Amino acid sequence: MSIRHGLLALLDRGPRYGYQLRTEFESRTGATWPLNVGQVYTTLARLERDSLVVPAGEDDSGHALYAITDKGRTELREWFARPVDRKSPPRDELAIKLAMAVGSPEVDIRAVIQAQRLHTIRAMQDYTRLKAQAIETGPTTRDEVAWLLVLEQLIFSAEAEARWLDHCEARLVRLAESIGQADDDAPKRQADSTDSATHRPARR
Amino acid sequence: MQKDQPVLRLQELTRVHGSGATEVHALRGIDLDVFPGELVAVMGPSGSGKSTLLTIAGGLDTPTSGKVLVEGTDITTASRKQMAALRRRSIGYVFQDYNLIPALTAAENVALPRELDGTSARKARREALAALEEMGLGQLADRFPDEMSGGQQQRVAIARALVGDRRLVLADEPTGALDSETGESVLGLLRARCDAGAAGVLVTHEPRFAAWADRVVFLRDGSVTDTTLRSQAETLLQGGVAAQ
Repeated sequence: MSIRHGLLALLDRGPRYGYQLRTEFESRTGATWPLNVGQVYTTLARLERDSLVVPAGEDDSGHALYAITDKGRTELREWFARPVDRKSPPRDELAIKLAMAVGSPEVDIRAVIQAQRLHTIRAMQDYTRLKAQAIETGPTTRDEVAWLLVLEQLIFSAEAEARWLDHCEARLVRLAESIGQADDDAPKRQADSTDSATHRPARR
Repeated sequence: MQKDQPVLRLQELTRVHGSGATEVHALRGIDLDVFPGELVAVMGPSGSGKSTLLTIAGGLDTPTSGKVLVEGTDITTASRKQMAALRRRSIGYVFQDYNLIPALTAAENVALPRELDGTSARKARREALAALEEMGLGQLADRFPDEMSGGQQQRVAIARALVGDRRLVLADEPTGALDSETGESVLGLLRARCDAGAAGVLVTHEPRFAAWADRVVFLRDGSVTDTTLRSQAETLLQGGVAAQ
C-alpha cells in the first residue's frame, strides 16, 4: 500500500503537518487503512531524504509543516500515470491455504472453502450496508465520493474472492470424481464409486 | 423486528421429482422464516434447489411434504381459489425476464392484480400510480413495456409485485438480465421496500446482489448448509478492514 504517494497527493494541496496528514488520509479512504502517526512521520522522513518534500516552517500552533517539492510533484504525476504493478502479486493467505489444503488429504477443502465463503459474503453484506448508507446521504464532498469508491473496491474484491471460491469448489468436485476412479490411494473424502448418479464428496 | 409473525414460514419442506431410480430430491427438509422488514437471499450452485424453493413458496409448485405458511395460511392445503386469491393479495413474484404484459401500459400492468381482485378500476389505477411513484417511475406510467429499458421494466415488475397490501415479494434472479449498475439500483429498491416493512426472498447466484440481504442462506443438494447474518458493519470498519 502506497502511503508515500498518498501523502504526496495530500501535500500537493498545500503544506500540512503530520497529524493532519493522517486525519486527511483516513477521511479520504473512510479509515479503511488506518495509519498511525508513527508511520506518517517515518514516511515523511523518507520523503524528505529523497527530496520529495521539504520542511516548511510551523503553523500558528507550532506544528511542523511539510511541503511538496517539484521533484515530489513529478513523482506524484508519474504515480498517477503508472498502472499499479501486477507482476508481483501480494501474498494471498487464502490462496496459500487452499494450495496447502490440496496437498493435505486429512483437510476437508470443501469445509475450508465454505467457511471462507460465509465469512466473505458476510463482509460483503456489511460493506453493502455501508454503501447503501453512503448512497442514501448522497455523496457530495470529495471525501464522501472517495469513501464510496473505496467501499465499492472492497465489495468488488470480496465478490471476486467469493466467485473464485465457487469455482474452486466446482473444480475440486469434478477432479475428485476423476481422481477417485484412478487413484487407489485416494483420500477418504472420495465417495463410494458404486453410486455414480448421486456421487457427492462427504460433507465436513 | 423479529418479534413479529413471519410473513413466510417454510416447515420441513421437501420436494421429490420423479420416483424410483430417477428420483431426485430437490429439497430435503427446509425450514425458513422470513419476517416483515427482512430481505433473505438464497444462494447455491445450480441444482441446489433454490429455484424450487422459490416456486413452492410462491405457490407455483407444490411440495412433496412440509408446510408453506404465508401470513399464517398454509398454502399447501388451500383450494385453487384460495391460492389464487393469496397470489393476488399476499405474494408478489418478480422474474428474471420481468413478465410484464406487452399490450398493457406500466400502470395497467401494476393495476391488473388489483382489478382481478375486485378493486374498482379507478382505485386500482390510483394504487398503481402510487406504487410506480415509489419506484421513481411516476412519469413512465403510461408507457408500454417495449418503450422502457430493462431496469425500468424490472422496477415496474417490483411495483406490481408489491401493489396493494402485499407484503411478500419473491424474486428469482431479478437482476439476471440487467447490467451491473442497473441491477444494483433494482436491488436497492427491493431493499428499500423491505426496509419499509415487506418481506423479501431473493434467489441469486451473484454474491454482490446477495450482499444486499439481511440474511444469506446457502443451499446445497436441497439442504441449508449455512446462514449468514449481518454483523455490525460500523464496528467492523472501525477496527480497520485491511489491518490484516
